[in-house]
Amino acid sequence: MSDPILAVEDLRVAFDTRDGLVQAVDGVTWSVAPGRTLGIVGESGSGKTVAATTAMGLVRGARVRTSGRVLLEGEDLLAASPERLRRVRGATIAMVFQDPLSALHPLMRVGAQIAEALRSHRSGMSAADARARAIELLEHVAIPNARQRVDAYPHELSGGMRQRAMIAMALANEPRVLIADEPTTALDVTVQRQILALLRRLRDELGMAMVLITHDLGVVAETADDVAVMYAGRIVEQAPAAELFAAPQHPYTWGLLRSMPRLDAPAGAELVPIPGRPPSLVHPPSGCRFHPRCPYVRERHRSVDPALEPLAGTPEHRVACLLSEAERRAIWARLAQGAPR
Amino acid sequence: MAAYVLRRVLWGVVLLALVSLLTFVVFYVLPSADPAQLRAGRNANPATLAQIRASLGLDRPLTAQYWTFLTHIVLHADLGYSYYSGASVGSLIVDRLPATISLTLGAAVVWVLAAVPLGVVSAARRGTWVDKLTTGGALLGISAPVYWLGLLALYLFADDIGRFPLFPGAGSYVPLTDDPWKWFTSLILPWLVLASTFTAVYARLLRGNMIEVLSEDYVTTARAKGLSERRVVWNHGLRAAVTPLVTLAGLDIGLLLGGAVLTEAVFGIPGIGRLNYEAIVHADYPVIQGTVLLAACFVIVANIVVDVAYAYLDPRVRER
Repeated sequence: MSDPILAVEDLRVAFDTRDGLVQAVDGVTWSVAPGRTLGIVGESGSGKTVAATTAMGLVRGARVRTSGRVLLEGEDLLAASPERLRRVRGATIAMVFQDPLSALHPLMRVGAQIAEALRSHRSGMSAADARARAIELLEHVAIPNARQRVDAYPHELSGGMRQRAMIAMALANEPRVLIADEPTTALDVTVQRQILALLRRLRDELGMAMVLITHDLGVVAETADDVAVMYAGRIVEQAPAAELFAAPQHPYTWGLLRSMPRLDAPAGAELVPIPGRPPSLVHPPSGCRFHPRCPYVRERHRSVDPALEPLAGTPEHRVACLLSEAERRAIWARLAQGAPR
Repeated sequence: MAAYVLRRVLWGVVLLALVSLLTFVVFYVLPSADPAQLRAGRNANPATLAQIRASLGLDRPLTAQYWTFLTHIVLHADLGYSYYSGASVGSLIVDRLPATISLTLGAAVVWVLAAVPLGVVSAARRGTWVDKLTTGGALLGISAPVYWLGLLALYLFADDIGRFPLFPGAGSYVPLTDDPWKWFTSLILPWLVLASTFTAVYARLLRGNMIEVLSEDYVTTARAKGLSERRVVWNHGLRAAVTPLVTLAGLDIGLLLGGAVLTEAVFGIPGIGRLNYEAIVHADYPVIQGTVLLAACFVIVANIVVDVAYAYLDPRVRER
């Protein structure tokens, strides 16, 4: 495996709000290498999006407190000047958002928005060249009639076409890293698969590193090489995708897996929602943050805060859970057979 | 689009007929003063009064009077003659219109040029001193009555009575065709005074719109693709935040073209507003009818222009 191109190290992001300090991201470390995909999974409010947008320097301001490092090809973006960040954004690292209808400017033609992305990083590029390149890009993301669609407004395109246009815009400058934040959530199921396939194809063609943020483990299973599961601003489990699906270790991951419909589930297995709600980030729970919702909670878990530690046999698989590895394997073996808990 | 505009114009004509009927009812049926009495002077005998009434056509049934009024407009584009000066209402309006147009359009240029940067900068730098100064100044501008501001401006800057005699004062208006430079200088104070309230309203409105727009996803997208902050704010932000302002500006300009009464009065500008005001004082009904219809016309046309402009500015509206 090659060296990571984007590495987030001990990232912490807090927002100063009227209700108090919201610790949205609390010591998160992940990295992604060229040609590979890191899936970041979690509920809304788990900090997965904030971590990624902070990495792009989009979360800055008087009320934001950030620490840690975001290394893009070795350069710390958290310490970068606004002008330096501007040069990196859209050129080396690009982003695709959840809802293309709200993420594209409603009053500007799609082609003009792509051309603008091009010209903001290539000062010498003429308007005509940018337009021609925009058409190429639209063709490349498989938009039919790109020559006509280049002059369409976002509302004139279907949801899938809009997301393709959004992807074309993100890829305009052939970035080394693509962050896709719930890229399929706002789309129809059939369109979701097409968009994921498109993202995989482009990742392989361009040798990009991809960070795929989602709440949907199904999306991760199809696309990601590595997975980080986030809960309440922290990573609770991190592993290669195959390993994670084969032997999940964290009760929260089990919850996510059991709440997801699967064709290979045992007959009669029911979808089990995770009880409770995501915790407050102003006053997070004591001890293990998942303990108020965890079916396997012990008294000790209410006061001891588990660290993210590697498993004995598979060091690339890390989990933050106070249950012993043997206990966890026994519980998952039961759950995988369809046991209620 | 053409069919839409045509439909709107037809509706506008219907609306004008209603406005004319309403004005007719208000001033002829429920008169504030008797025009014959005003013309006859003091101690006029009943015979003279009756004679004047007959010559003005006021002795005829109200419906007949209204019918004559309407048919003259439609068939001869004739708004009638002033009771007071005897001049045709049409020529009075044509005489006065350039002053009102000069005042309104000049002020509109001033308030748009002032309000857009103020609104954008105070939204982009929310909470800084620029923002606080703009917001505070806007509150003042909205609170201060135009006639008070006008008198204050004259007291401070008029070249006849001012403490700092910088600009021509009241009654200095010169038509553009006579002397462009004098026209320009004589209108500086009126423009600034008339524009002040509008600047305040527009700056505040734009600030609010901008703050909302700058938190939209597409603004984040613009930043994420590496645009400079200036481009993000002035292109992507302003483009989306300015549309409601265009609507408002169209309507306000339409309204003011019907006569900026207070500003025209304070600065002695011979515009439509003054004409209308004088006509009311003299119970000069044909002139009142003419100026009211003109104002209604401007408002209706402004509405149509605004709707068409909106469809041009926001492609999402076009399909509907």
